[in-house]
Amino acid sequence: MRFLTDTWLVFSRAMRLSLRNPVWVILGLMQPILYLILFGPLLEPVASAPGFPPGSAWQVFVPGLLVQLGIFGAAFAGFGLIAEWRAGVVERMRVTPASRGSLLLGRVLRDVVVILVQGALLSVVAVAFFGLEAPVEGLAIGVVIVGLLGGAFSALSYGAALKLKSEDSFAPVVNGLILPVLLLSGILLPMSLAPGWLQTMADVNPLTHIVDGVRAVYRGELGSTDAWLGAVLTIGLLVLGVFYGGRVFRKESA
Amino acid sequence: MPENMIESRGLRRIYKTKKEKIEAVRGVDFTVDAGEIVGFLGPNGAGKTTTLRMLTTLLEPTGGNATVAGCDLRTDPVGVRRGIGYVAQGGSTDPEARAGEEIVDHARMYGIDATVAQSNGQALFDQLDLEGLWARQCKTLSGGQRRRLDIAMGLVHQPGLVFLDEPSTGLDPQSRANLWEHVGRLRSEMDTTVFITTHYMDEADVLCDRILVIDDGAIVAQGTPDDLKRKVAGDSVILSFEQQRSTVVVAELVSRLDGATDPSIEGNEVRFQVPDGASALPVLLRAMVEHDLDATGVEVHRPTLDDVFLTMTGRSLRDEAMAGTTDQAAA
Repeated sequence: MRFLTDTWLVFSRAMRLSLRNPVWVILGLMQPILYLILFGPLLEPVASAPGFPPGSAWQVFVPGLLVQLGIFGAAFAGFGLIAEWRAGVVERMRVTPASRGSLLLGRVLRDVVVILVQGALLSVVAVAFFGLEAPVEGLAIGVVIVGLLGGAFSALSYGAALKLKSEDSFAPVVNGLILPVLLLSGILLPMSLAPGWLQTMADVNPLTHIVDGVRAVYRGELGSTDAWLGAVLTIGLLVLGVFYGGRVFRKESA
Repeated sequence: MPENMIESRGLRRIYKTKKEKIEAVRGVDFTVDAGEIVGFLGPNGAGKTTTLRMLTTLLEPTGGNATVAGCDLRTDPVGVRRGIGYVAQGGSTDPEARAGEEIVDHARMYGIDATVAQSNGQALFDQLDLEGLWARQCKTLSGGQRRRLDIAMGLVHQPGLVFLDEPSTGLDPQSRANLWEHVGRLRSEMDTTVFITTHYMDEADVLCDRILVIDDGAIVAQGTPDDLKRKVAGDSVILSFEQQRSTVVVAELVSRLDGATDPSIEGNEVRFQVPDGASALPVLLRAMVEHDLDATGVEVHRPTLDDVFLTMTGRSLRDEAMAGTTDQAAA
Protein backbone atom coordinates (compact mmCIF):
# COMPACT_ATOMS: atom_id res chain seq x y z
CA MET A 1 0.00 0.00 0.00
CA ARG A 2 2.72 2.37 1.12
CA PHE A 3 4.68 1.32 -1.96
CA LEU A 4 1.80 2.29 -4.25
CA THR A 5 1.28 5.68 -2.57
CA ASP A 6 4.99 6.45 -2.84
CA THR A 7 5.11 5.36 -6.47
CA TRP A 8 2.09 7.54 -7.22
CA LEU A 9 3.75 10.52 -5.50
CA VAL A 10 6.97 10.13 -7.47
CA PHE A 11 4.98 9.57 -10.67
CA SER A 12 2.75 12.62 -10.28
CA ARG A 13 5.68 14.87 -9.41
CA ALA A 14 7.62 13.66 -12.47
CA MET A 15 4.53 13.95 -14.69
CA ARG A 16 3.85 17.48 -13.50
CA LEU A 17 7.41 18.50 -14.35
CA SER A 18 7.20 16.85 -17.79
CA LEU A 19 3.96 18.59 -18.60
CA ARG A 20 5.38 21.91 -17.54
CA ASN A 21 8.14 21.56 -20.09
CA PRO A 22 6.62 19.45 -22.87
CA VAL A 23 9.34 20.24 -25.42
CA TRP A 24 10.84 16.78 -25.05
CA VAL A 25 7.50 15.06 -25.34
CA ILE A 26 6.79 16.96 -28.54
CA LEU A 27 10.29 16.42 -29.96
CA GLY A 28 10.00 12.73 -29.18
CA LEU A 29 6.81 12.57 -31.18
CA MET A 30 8.05 14.72 -34.06
CA GLN A 31 10.81 12.27 -34.82
CA PRO A 32 8.63 9.29 -35.81
CA ILE A 33 6.27 11.56 -37.68
CA LEU A 34 9.20 12.89 -39.71
CA TYR A 35 10.11 9.27 -40.44
CA LEU A 36 6.55 8.67 -41.64
CA ILE A 37 6.68 11.67 -43.95
CA LEU A 38 10.25 11.54 -45.19
CA PHE A 39 11.19 7.87 -45.04
CA GLY A 40 7.90 6.04 -45.42
CA PRO A 41 7.41 6.84 -49.13
CA LEU A 42 10.79 5.25 -49.91
CA LEU A 43 9.53 2.01 -48.49
CA GLU A 44 6.47 1.59 -50.71
CA PRO A 45 8.41 0.47 -53.80
CA VAL A 46 10.63 -1.76 -51.65
CA ALA A 47 7.54 -3.61 -50.40
CA SER A 48 7.26 -5.44 -53.69
CA ALA A 49 10.90 -6.59 -53.58
CA PRO A 50 11.51 -10.32 -53.11
CA GLY A 51 12.04 -11.25 -49.46
CA PHE A 52 9.84 -8.47 -48.10
CA PRO A 53 7.70 -9.86 -45.27
CA PRO A 54 3.94 -10.26 -45.59
CA GLY A 55 1.76 -7.18 -45.14
CA SER A 56 1.76 -3.72 -46.68
CA ALA A 57 4.71 -1.35 -46.48
CA TRP A 58 3.03 0.60 -43.67
CA GLN A 59 2.17 -2.56 -41.73
CA VAL A 60 5.86 -3.38 -41.73
CA PHE A 61 7.16 0.12 -41.22
CA VAL A 62 4.91 1.58 -38.49
CA PRO A 63 5.65 -1.19 -35.93
CA GLY A 64 9.34 -0.43 -36.43
CA LEU A 65 8.75 3.25 -35.81
CA LEU A 66 6.72 2.47 -32.70
CA VAL A 67 9.46 0.31 -31.23
CA GLN A 68 12.04 2.94 -32.08
CA LEU A 69 9.91 5.56 -30.35
CA GLY A 70 9.69 3.41 -27.25
CA ILE A 71 13.39 2.69 -27.08
CA PHE A 72 14.71 6.12 -27.93
CA GLY A 73 12.37 8.08 -25.71
CA ALA A 74 13.14 5.82 -22.78
CA ALA A 75 16.84 5.17 -23.21
CA PHE A 76 17.65 8.85 -22.80
CA ALA A 77 15.49 9.23 -19.69
CA GLY A 78 18.63 8.73 -17.63
CA PHE A 79 19.86 12.20 -18.59
CA GLY A 80 16.97 13.69 -16.64
CA LEU A 81 17.87 11.56 -13.64
CA ILE A 82 21.50 12.72 -13.73
CA ALA A 83 20.23 16.31 -13.66
CA GLU A 84 17.99 15.45 -10.71
CA TRP A 85 20.85 13.75 -8.94
CA ARG A 86 23.04 16.80 -9.45
CA ALA A 87 20.34 19.04 -8.03
CA GLY A 88 20.24 16.82 -4.92
CA VAL A 89 16.70 15.63 -5.57
CA VAL A 90 17.55 11.92 -5.66
CA GLU A 91 19.47 12.04 -2.40
CA ARG A 92 16.78 14.11 -0.74
CA MET A 93 14.24 11.44 -1.66
CA ARG A 94 16.52 8.65 -0.51
CA VAL A 95 16.58 9.94 3.06
CA THR A 96 12.79 9.70 3.26
CA PRO A 97 11.16 6.43 4.34
CA ALA A 98 9.74 6.04 0.81
CA SER A 99 10.62 2.72 -0.77
CA ARG A 100 13.63 2.79 -3.09
CA GLY A 101 11.67 0.82 -5.66
CA SER A 102 8.99 3.50 -5.82
CA LEU A 103 11.62 6.17 -6.51
CA LEU A 104 12.47 4.21 -9.65
CA LEU A 105 9.01 2.97 -10.61
CA GLY A 106 7.31 6.36 -10.28
CA ARG A 107 9.73 7.76 -12.84
CA VAL A 108 9.48 4.72 -15.12
CA LEU A 109 5.70 5.00 -15.01
CA ARG A 110 5.89 8.60 -16.17
CA ASP A 111 7.97 7.53 -19.16
CA VAL A 112 5.56 4.70 -19.94
CA VAL A 113 2.61 7.09 -19.93
CA VAL A 114 4.41 9.53 -22.19
CA ILE A 115 5.32 6.73 -24.61
CA LEU A 116 1.78 5.35 -24.58
CA VAL A 117 0.43 8.75 -25.56
CA GLN A 118 3.07 9.24 -28.24
CA GLY A 119 2.53 5.72 -29.55
CA ALA A 120 -1.25 6.19 -29.72
CA LEU A 121 -0.84 9.50 -31.55
CA LEU A 122 1.63 7.96 -33.99
CA SER A 123 -0.77 5.10 -34.72
CA VAL A 124 -3.66 7.50 -35.28
CA VAL A 125 -1.58 9.68 -37.61
CA ALA A 126 -0.38 6.64 -39.54
CA VAL A 127 -3.94 5.36 -40.00
CA ALA A 128 -5.48 8.74 -40.79
CA PHE A 129 -2.89 10.20 -43.13
CA PHE A 130 -0.69 7.40 -44.41
CA GLY A 131 -3.13 4.67 -45.23
CA LEU A 132 -1.98 2.21 -42.57
CA GLU A 133 -4.50 -0.62 -42.38
CA ALA A 134 -4.53 -2.71 -39.25
CA PRO A 135 -7.18 -4.08 -36.89
CA VAL A 136 -7.97 -1.83 -33.93
CA GLU A 137 -6.99 -4.46 -31.36
CA GLY A 138 -3.73 -4.95 -33.25
CA LEU A 139 -3.02 -1.22 -33.07
CA ALA A 140 -3.85 -1.18 -29.35
CA ILE A 141 -1.68 -4.19 -28.52
CA GLY A 142 1.13 -2.61 -30.52
CA VAL A 143 0.96 0.55 -28.41
CA VAL A 144 0.83 -1.42 -25.15
CA ILE A 145 3.84 -3.54 -26.11
CA VAL A 146 5.78 -0.42 -26.97
CA GLY A 147 4.79 1.15 -23.64
CA LEU A 148 6.10 -1.87 -21.74
CA LEU A 149 9.25 -1.91 -23.84
CA GLY A 150 9.71 1.77 -23.03
CA GLY A 151 9.35 0.90 -19.35
CA ALA A 152 12.11 -1.68 -19.66
CA PHE A 153 14.49 0.73 -21.35
CA SER A 154 13.70 3.61 -19.04
CA ALA A 155 14.41 1.44 -15.98
CA LEU A 156 17.70 0.28 -17.52
CA SER A 157 18.53 3.86 -18.41
CA TYR A 158 17.86 5.13 -14.87
CA GLY A 159 19.94 2.35 -13.40
CA ALA A 160 22.88 3.10 -15.68
CA ALA A 161 22.51 6.86 -15.13
CA LEU A 162 22.55 6.57 -11.34
CA LYS A 163 25.52 4.27 -11.57
CA LEU A 164 27.53 6.57 -13.85
CA LYS A 165 26.28 9.93 -12.54
CA SER A 166 27.78 11.89 -15.41
CA GLU A 167 26.37 12.83 -18.79
CA ASP A 168 29.82 12.45 -20.28
CA SER A 169 30.05 8.78 -19.47
CA PHE A 170 26.34 8.04 -19.81
CA ALA A 171 25.93 9.40 -23.36
CA PRO A 172 28.50 7.11 -25.02
CA VAL A 173 27.09 4.09 -23.18
CA VAL A 174 23.56 4.79 -24.40
CA ASN A 175 24.57 5.67 -27.94
CA GLY A 176 26.98 2.78 -28.13
CA LEU A 177 24.31 0.28 -27.10
CA ILE A 178 21.21 1.66 -28.76
CA LEU A 179 22.53 2.10 -32.28
CA PRO A 180 23.65 -1.53 -32.88
CA VAL A 181 20.53 -2.80 -31.12
CA LEU A 182 18.36 -0.74 -33.45
CA LEU A 183 20.31 -1.62 -36.59
CA LEU A 184 20.14 -5.32 -35.75
CA SER A 185 16.40 -5.35 -35.12
CA GLY A 186 15.04 -4.76 -38.60
CA ILE A 187 13.24 -1.66 -37.46
CA LEU A 188 13.70 0.40 -40.60
CA LEU A 189 14.05 -2.35 -43.19
CA PRO A 190 12.89 -5.86 -42.41
CA MET A 191 15.64 -8.35 -41.67
CA SER A 192 14.19 -10.78 -44.18
CA LEU A 193 15.97 -8.64 -46.78
CA ALA A 194 19.32 -9.15 -45.06
CA PRO A 195 22.11 -11.59 -45.98
CA GLY A 196 22.39 -14.73 -43.88
CA TRP A 197 25.08 -13.59 -41.41
CA LEU A 198 23.18 -10.39 -40.64
CA GLN A 199 19.97 -12.34 -40.11
CA THR A 200 21.73 -14.66 -37.69
CA MET A 201 23.00 -11.71 -35.67
CA ALA A 202 19.57 -10.11 -35.68
CA ASP A 203 17.96 -13.34 -34.48
CA VAL A 204 19.89 -13.06 -31.21
CA ASN A 205 18.47 -9.58 -30.62
CA PRO A 206 15.18 -9.73 -28.70
CA LEU A 207 14.06 -6.49 -30.34
CA THR A 208 13.94 -8.25 -33.72
CA HIS A 209 11.28 -10.57 -32.35
CA ILE A 210 9.43 -7.78 -30.60
CA VAL A 211 9.17 -5.79 -33.85
CA ASP A 212 8.07 -8.97 -35.65
CA GLY A 213 5.49 -9.53 -32.93
CA VAL A 214 3.98 -6.08 -33.44
CA ARG A 215 3.99 -6.65 -37.23
CA ALA A 216 2.09 -9.89 -36.64
CA VAL A 217 -0.63 -8.23 -34.56
CA TYR A 218 -0.89 -5.52 -37.22
CA ARG A 219 -1.72 -8.29 -39.72
CA GLY A 220 -4.36 -9.50 -37.29
CA GLU A 221 -2.44 -12.62 -36.21
CA LEU A 222 -3.07 -12.08 -32.52
CA GLY A 223 -2.49 -15.65 -31.37
CA SER A 224 0.50 -16.38 -33.60
CA THR A 225 3.88 -17.55 -32.33
CA ASP A 226 5.43 -14.28 -33.50
CA ALA A 227 2.94 -12.26 -31.46
CA TRP A 228 3.42 -14.33 -28.32
CA LEU A 229 7.19 -14.36 -28.61
CA GLY A 230 7.21 -10.59 -28.94
CA ALA A 231 4.98 -10.14 -25.90
CA VAL A 232 6.93 -12.58 -23.72
CA LEU A 233 10.27 -11.02 -24.66
CA THR A 234 8.92 -7.54 -23.89
CA ILE A 235 7.80 -8.60 -20.46
CA GLY A 236 11.12 -10.37 -19.93
CA LEU A 237 13.01 -7.17 -20.77
CA LEU A 238 10.74 -5.19 -18.46
CA VAL A 239 11.42 -7.54 -15.56
CA LEU A 240 15.14 -7.41 -16.28
CA GLY A 241 15.12 -3.62 -16.50
CA VAL A 242 13.17 -3.09 -13.29
CA PHE A 243 15.32 -5.63 -11.48
CA TYR A 244 18.55 -3.94 -12.57
CA GLY A 245 17.29 -0.40 -12.01
CA GLY A 246 15.80 -1.32 -8.65
CA ARG A 247 19.05 -2.86 -7.55
CA VAL A 248 21.01 0.27 -8.39
CA PHE A 249 18.47 2.48 -6.61
CA ARG A 250 18.69 0.34 -3.50
CA LYS A 251 22.44 0.04 -3.41
CA GLU A 252 23.93 3.09 -4.97
CA SER A 253 24.96 5.88 -2.67
CA ALA A 254 23.37 8.62 -4.68
CA MET B 1 12.04 11.24 22.52
CA PRO B 2 15.19 9.14 23.05
CA GLU B 3 17.77 10.52 25.47
CA ASN B 4 20.61 10.06 23.01
CA MET B 5 19.73 11.27 19.58
CA ILE B 6 22.89 9.82 18.09
CA GLU B 7 25.03 7.11 19.56
CA SER B 8 27.81 6.04 17.26
CA ARG B 9 29.77 2.94 18.19
CA GLY B 10 32.87 2.24 16.16
CA LEU B 11 31.31 3.44 12.93
CA ARG B 12 33.77 2.86 10.14
CA ARG B 13 33.90 3.02 6.39
CA ILE B 14 36.44 1.66 3.99
CA TYR B 15 36.43 2.56 0.32
CA LYS B 16 37.97 0.07 -2.01
CA THR B 17 39.61 1.24 -5.18
CA LYS B 18 41.43 -1.01 -7.61
CA LYS B 19 44.78 -0.32 -6.04
CA GLU B 20 44.13 0.19 -2.37
CA LYS B 21 41.71 0.34 0.50
CA ILE B 22 41.06 3.77 1.92
CA GLU B 23 39.81 3.93 5.45
CA ALA B 24 37.76 7.11 5.29
CA VAL B 25 36.27 6.74 8.77
CA ARG B 26 38.26 4.70 11.27
CA GLY B 27 35.67 3.75 13.83
CA VAL B 28 34.18 6.80 15.51
CA ASP B 29 32.45 6.82 18.90
CA PHE B 30 30.36 9.73 20.07
CA THR B 31 26.95 10.61 21.39
CA VAL B 32 24.66 13.54 20.77
CA ASP B 33 22.06 14.23 23.44
CA ALA B 34 18.52 15.27 22.69
CA GLY B 35 18.27 19.05 22.40
CA GLU B 36 21.96 19.62 21.67
CA ILE B 37 23.39 21.56 18.77
CA VAL B 38 26.59 19.76 17.88
CA GLY B 39 29.14 20.95 15.35
CA PHE B 40 31.12 18.45 13.32
CA LEU B 41 34.36 20.02 12.18
CA GLY B 42 37.15 18.73 10.06
CA PRO B 43 39.27 19.56 7.04
CA ASN B 44 38.35 18.32 3.58
CA GLY B 45 38.64 14.58 3.28
CA ALA B 46 38.66 14.08 7.05
CA GLY B 47 35.59 11.84 6.92
CA LYS B 48 32.92 14.39 7.80
CA THR B 49 30.64 13.80 4.87
CA THR B 50 31.21 10.05 4.95
CA THR B 51 30.19 9.92 8.61
CA LEU B 52 27.16 12.07 7.91
CA ARG B 53 26.10 9.87 5.02
CA MET B 54 26.37 6.77 7.17
CA LEU B 55 24.31 8.33 9.95
CA THR B 56 21.62 9.35 7.47
CA THR B 57 21.41 5.82 5.95
CA LEU B 58 22.77 6.98 2.58
CA LEU B 59 25.90 4.90 2.94
CA GLU B 60 26.28 1.50 4.51
CA PRO B 61 28.95 1.36 7.22
CA THR B 62 31.77 -1.13 6.69
CA GLY B 63 31.90 -1.74 10.43
CA GLY B 64 30.38 -0.60 13.71
CA ASN B 65 26.86 0.62 14.25
CA ALA B 66 24.87 3.56 15.50
CA THR B 67 21.54 4.38 17.04
CA VAL B 68 20.03 7.41 15.37
CA ALA B 69 16.78 9.03 16.54
CA GLY B 70 16.13 5.94 18.66
CA CYS B 71 16.45 3.44 15.81
CA ASP B 72 19.21 1.02 14.92
CA LEU B 73 21.02 2.11 11.79
CA ARG B 74 21.53 -1.41 10.48
CA THR B 75 18.32 -3.17 11.42
CA ASP B 76 15.86 -0.28 11.11
CA PRO B 77 17.10 2.23 8.52
CA VAL B 78 13.53 3.16 7.63
CA GLY B 79 12.90 4.08 11.28
CA VAL B 80 16.00 6.27 11.20
CA ARG B 81 14.80 7.98 8.02
CA ARG B 82 11.43 8.64 9.59
CA GLY B 83 13.03 10.35 12.59
CA ILE B 84 15.62 12.56 10.92
CA GLY B 85 15.78 15.49 8.56
CA TYR B 86 18.77 15.90 6.27
CA VAL B 87 19.81 19.09 4.54
CA ALA B 88 22.53 18.19 2.05
CA GLN B 89 25.06 20.76 0.99
CA GLY B 90 24.30 20.43 -2.69
CA GLY B 91 20.63 21.45 -2.58
CA SER B 92 17.48 19.38 -2.78
CA THR B 93 15.04 20.89 -5.25
CA ASP B 94 14.44 20.67 -8.97
CA PRO B 95 15.14 24.02 -10.65
CA GLU B 96 12.00 23.68 -12.76
CA ALA B 97 9.68 22.74 -9.90
CA ARG B 98 7.74 25.25 -7.83
CA ALA B 99 8.92 25.70 -4.26
CA GLY B 100 5.58 24.92 -2.65
CA GLU B 101 5.06 21.77 -4.70
CA GLU B 102 8.50 20.47 -3.77
CA ILE B 103 7.93 20.86 -0.06
CA VAL B 104 4.44 19.34 -0.15
CA ASP B 105 5.61 16.36 -2.23
CA HIS B 106 8.54 15.89 0.11
CA ALA B 107 6.34 15.88 3.20
CA ARG B 108 4.03 13.38 1.58
CA MET B 109 6.90 10.96 1.12
CA TYR B 110 6.88 10.73 4.91
CA GLY B 111 3.24 9.64 4.75
CA ILE B 112 1.94 13.07 5.80
CA ASP B 113 -1.39 13.86 4.20
CA ALA B 114 -1.68 16.64 1.67
CA THR B 115 -3.48 19.23 3.82
CA VAL B 116 -1.09 18.83 6.76
CA ALA B 117 1.84 18.91 4.34
CA GLN B 118 0.50 22.14 2.93
CA SER B 119 0.07 23.83 6.31
CA ASN B 120 3.42 22.57 7.69
CA GLY B 121 5.09 23.83 4.54
CA GLN B 122 3.46 27.22 4.70
CA ALA B 123 4.31 27.63 8.39
CA LEU B 124 7.96 26.91 7.58
CA PHE B 125 7.92 29.35 4.66
CA ASP B 126 6.75 32.02 7.11
CA GLN B 127 9.36 31.14 9.72
CA LEU B 128 12.21 31.01 7.24
CA ASP B 129 11.39 34.29 5.48
CA LEU B 130 10.14 32.59 2.35
CA GLU B 131 6.74 34.28 2.31
CA GLY B 132 5.37 34.85 -1.15
CA LEU B 133 7.73 32.34 -2.80
CA TRP B 134 5.38 29.34 -2.66
CA ALA B 135 4.51 29.40 -6.36
CA ARG B 136 7.95 30.43 -7.62
CA GLN B 137 10.11 28.05 -9.62
CA CYS B 138 13.15 27.05 -7.58
CA LYS B 139 15.54 28.29 -10.27
CA THR B 140 14.24 31.84 -9.78
CA LEU B 141 15.14 31.92 -6.07
CA SER B 142 18.30 33.57 -4.77
CA GLY B 143 21.06 31.47 -3.22
CA GLY B 144 19.96 32.35 0.30
CA GLN B 145 16.32 31.66 -0.45
CA ARG B 146 17.15 28.30 -1.97
CA ARG B 147 19.25 27.39 1.04
CA ARG B 148 16.39 28.27 3.38
CA LEU B 149 14.05 26.27 1.18
CA ASP B 150 16.40 23.28 1.54
CA ILE B 151 16.21 23.71 5.30
CA ALA B 152 12.43 24.00 5.21
CA MET B 153 12.32 20.76 3.20
CA GLY B 154 14.44 19.04 5.83
CA LEU B 155 12.09 20.16 8.60
CA VAL B 156 8.69 19.72 7.02
CA HIS B 157 8.01 16.39 8.73
CA GLN B 158 9.04 17.87 12.09
CA PRO B 159 11.96 15.54 12.79
CA GLY B 160 13.53 15.38 16.25
CA LEU B 161 17.01 15.39 14.74
CA VAL B 162 18.28 17.43 11.81
CA PHE B 163 21.56 17.01 9.94
CA LEU B 164 22.79 20.18 8.28
CA ASP B 165 25.71 19.66 5.91
CA GLU B 166 27.66 22.90 5.42
CA PRO B 167 24.49 24.97 5.60
CA SER B 168 26.00 28.41 5.03
CA THR B 169 28.50 27.65 2.27
CA GLY B 170 28.14 30.21 -0.46
CA LEU B 171 25.93 32.59 1.49
CA ASP B 172 26.64 36.28 1.98
CA PRO B 173 27.31 37.44 5.58
CA GLN B 174 23.81 38.72 6.10
CA SER B 175 22.18 35.49 4.94
CA ARG B 176 24.55 33.55 7.17
CA ALA B 177 23.65 35.57 10.25
CA ASN B 178 20.02 35.08 9.32
CA LEU B 179 20.54 31.34 8.97
CA TRP B 180 22.21 31.12 12.38
CA GLU B 181 19.21 32.75 13.92
CA HIS B 182 16.95 30.16 12.33
CA VAL B 183 19.11 27.26 13.44
CA GLY B 184 19.11 28.63 16.99
CA ARG B 185 15.34 28.82 16.87
CA LEU B 186 15.07 25.19 15.78
CA ARG B 187 16.13 24.22 19.24
CA SER B 188 14.52 26.99 21.25
CA GLU B 189 11.14 26.74 19.56
CA MET B 190 10.90 23.19 18.26
CA ASP B 191 13.21 21.23 20.58
CA THR B 192 15.07 19.95 17.55
CA THR B 193 18.48 18.34 17.98
CA VAL B 194 20.89 19.69 15.37
CA PHE B 195 24.00 18.03 13.96
CA ILE B 196 25.84 20.47 11.77
CA THR B 197 29.02 20.19 9.71
CA THR B 198 30.80 23.38 8.88
CA HIS B 199 34.00 24.90 7.65
CA TYR B 200 33.41 28.14 9.44
CA MET B 201 34.82 28.48 12.92
CA ASP B 202 32.75 31.51 13.78
CA GLU B 203 29.67 29.54 12.81
CA ALA B 204 30.56 26.63 15.07
CA ASP B 205 31.41 29.07 17.84
CA VAL B 206 28.14 30.96 17.65
CA LEU B 207 25.83 28.01 17.06
CA CYS B 208 27.12 24.94 18.77
CA ASP B 209 26.89 23.69 22.34
CA ARG B 210 29.50 21.13 21.62
CA ILE B 211 32.02 20.43 18.92
CA LEU B 212 33.46 17.22 17.52
CA VAL B 213 36.69 17.57 15.59
CA ILE B 214 37.39 14.82 13.07
CA ASP B 215 40.70 14.42 11.32
CA ASP B 216 41.92 11.59 9.13
CA GLY B 217 38.84 9.53 9.90
CA ALA B 218 39.06 9.74 13.69
CA ILE B 219 37.61 12.06 16.32
CA VAL B 220 40.58 14.01 17.67
CA ALA B 221 38.80 16.32 20.12
CA GLN B 222 35.39 17.05 21.51
CA GLY B 223 33.95 19.50 23.99
CA THR B 224 32.28 22.88 24.27
CA PRO B 225 33.89 25.61 22.19
CA ASP B 226 35.21 27.19 25.42
CA ASP B 227 36.64 23.87 26.68
CA LEU B 228 38.46 23.31 23.45
CA LYS B 229 39.91 26.79 23.41
CA ARG B 230 41.10 26.48 27.00
CA LYS B 231 42.79 23.20 26.25
CA VAL B 232 44.75 24.70 23.44
CA ALA B 233 46.53 27.83 24.50
CA GLY B 234 44.57 29.91 26.91
CA ASP B 235 43.90 33.61 26.60
CA SER B 236 46.58 36.06 25.66
CA VAL B 237 46.77 39.23 27.76
CA ILE B 238 48.49 42.50 26.88
CA LEU B 239 48.99 45.20 29.52
CA SER B 240 50.38 48.60 28.57
CA PHE B 241 51.90 51.26 30.85
CA GLU B 242 52.97 54.87 30.69
CA GLN B 243 56.47 54.17 31.95
CA GLN B 244 58.67 51.30 30.98
CA ARG B 245 59.96 50.67 34.50
CA SER B 246 56.47 49.59 35.64
CA THR B 247 56.69 46.65 33.26
CA VAL B 248 59.47 44.91 35.16
CA VAL B 249 57.46 44.88 38.41
CA VAL B 250 54.32 43.74 36.61
CA ALA B 251 56.20 40.93 34.91
CA GLU B 252 57.27 39.76 38.34
CA LEU B 253 53.61 39.84 39.50
CA VAL B 254 52.50 37.93 36.40
CA SER B 255 54.92 35.13 37.04
CA ARG B 256 53.16 34.50 40.38
CA LEU B 257 49.82 33.90 38.57
CA ASP B 258 48.55 30.33 38.36
CA GLY B 259 49.24 28.76 35.01
CA ALA B 260 50.52 31.94 33.36
CA THR B 261 53.31 31.69 30.80
CA ASP B 262 56.57 33.59 31.19
CA PRO B 263 55.73 37.22 30.45
CA SER B 264 57.53 39.05 27.70
CA ILE B 265 58.22 42.77 27.82
CA GLU B 266 58.03 44.74 24.61
CA GLY B 267 58.46 48.46 24.97
CA ASN B 268 55.83 49.63 27.44
CA GLU B 269 53.85 46.41 27.13
CA VAL B 270 53.77 43.15 29.06
CA ARG B 271 52.41 40.09 27.22
CA PHE B 272 51.58 36.69 28.62
CA GLN B 273 49.18 33.79 28.27
CA VAL B 274 46.94 32.36 30.95
CA PRO B 275 44.32 29.57 30.79
CA ASP B 276 41.43 31.77 31.92
CA GLY B 277 42.05 35.46 31.43
CA ALA B 278 38.75 36.53 32.91
CA SER B 279 39.55 35.13 36.38
CA ALA B 280 43.28 35.87 36.33
CA LEU B 281 43.01 39.57 35.51
CA PRO B 282 41.22 40.76 38.70
CA VAL B 283 43.90 39.02 40.79
CA LEU B 284 46.66 40.69 38.82
CA LEU B 285 45.00 44.11 38.87
CA ARG B 286 44.57 43.93 42.67
CA ALA B 287 48.26 43.10 43.08
CA MET B 288 49.12 46.04 40.83
CA VAL B 289 47.03 48.41 42.96
CA GLU B 290 48.97 47.23 46.03
CA HIS B 291 52.17 48.21 44.23
CA ASP B 292 50.65 51.52 43.18
CA LEU B 293 50.87 50.60 39.49
CA ASP B 294 48.31 51.74 36.99
CA ALA B 295 47.88 50.18 33.55
CA THR B 296 46.89 52.47 30.71
CA GLY B 297 45.45 49.62 28.67
CA VAL B 298 44.37 46.00 29.10
CA GLU B 299 43.62 43.63 26.22
CA VAL B 300 42.49 40.02 26.49
CA HIS B 301 42.38 37.86 23.36
CA ARG B 302 40.46 34.65 23.58
CA PRO B 303 41.82 31.94 21.32
CA THR B 304 39.61 31.29 18.32
CA LEU B 305 38.45 27.88 17.23
CA ASP B 306 40.82 28.40 14.35
CA ASP B 307 43.70 28.19 16.86
CA VAL B 308 42.13 25.04 18.24
CA PHE B 309 41.85 23.53 14.84
CA LEU B 310 45.37 24.41 13.89
CA THR B 311 46.67 22.75 17.05
CA MET B 312 44.54 19.63 16.66
CA THR B 313 45.02 18.93 12.99
CA GLY B 314 48.06 20.93 11.98
CA ARG B 315 45.95 22.66 9.37
CA SER B 316 44.06 25.89 9.38
CA LEU B 317 40.39 25.55 8.69
CA ARG B 318 40.39 28.95 7.11
CA ASP B 319 42.49 27.61 4.23
CA GLU B 320 40.05 24.78 3.86
CA ALA B 321 37.17 27.19 3.63
CA MET B 322 39.05 29.10 0.95
CA ALA B 323 39.72 25.91 -0.94
CA GLY B 324 35.98 25.37 -1.19
CA THR B 325 33.89 22.43 -0.19
CA THR B 326 35.18 19.61 -2.26
CA ASP B 327 35.08 16.85 0.31
CA GLN B 328 32.18 15.41 -1.67
CA ALA B 329 34.95 13.75 -3.61
CA ALA B 330 35.95 11.79 -0.55
CA ALA B 331 32.42 10.51 -0.09
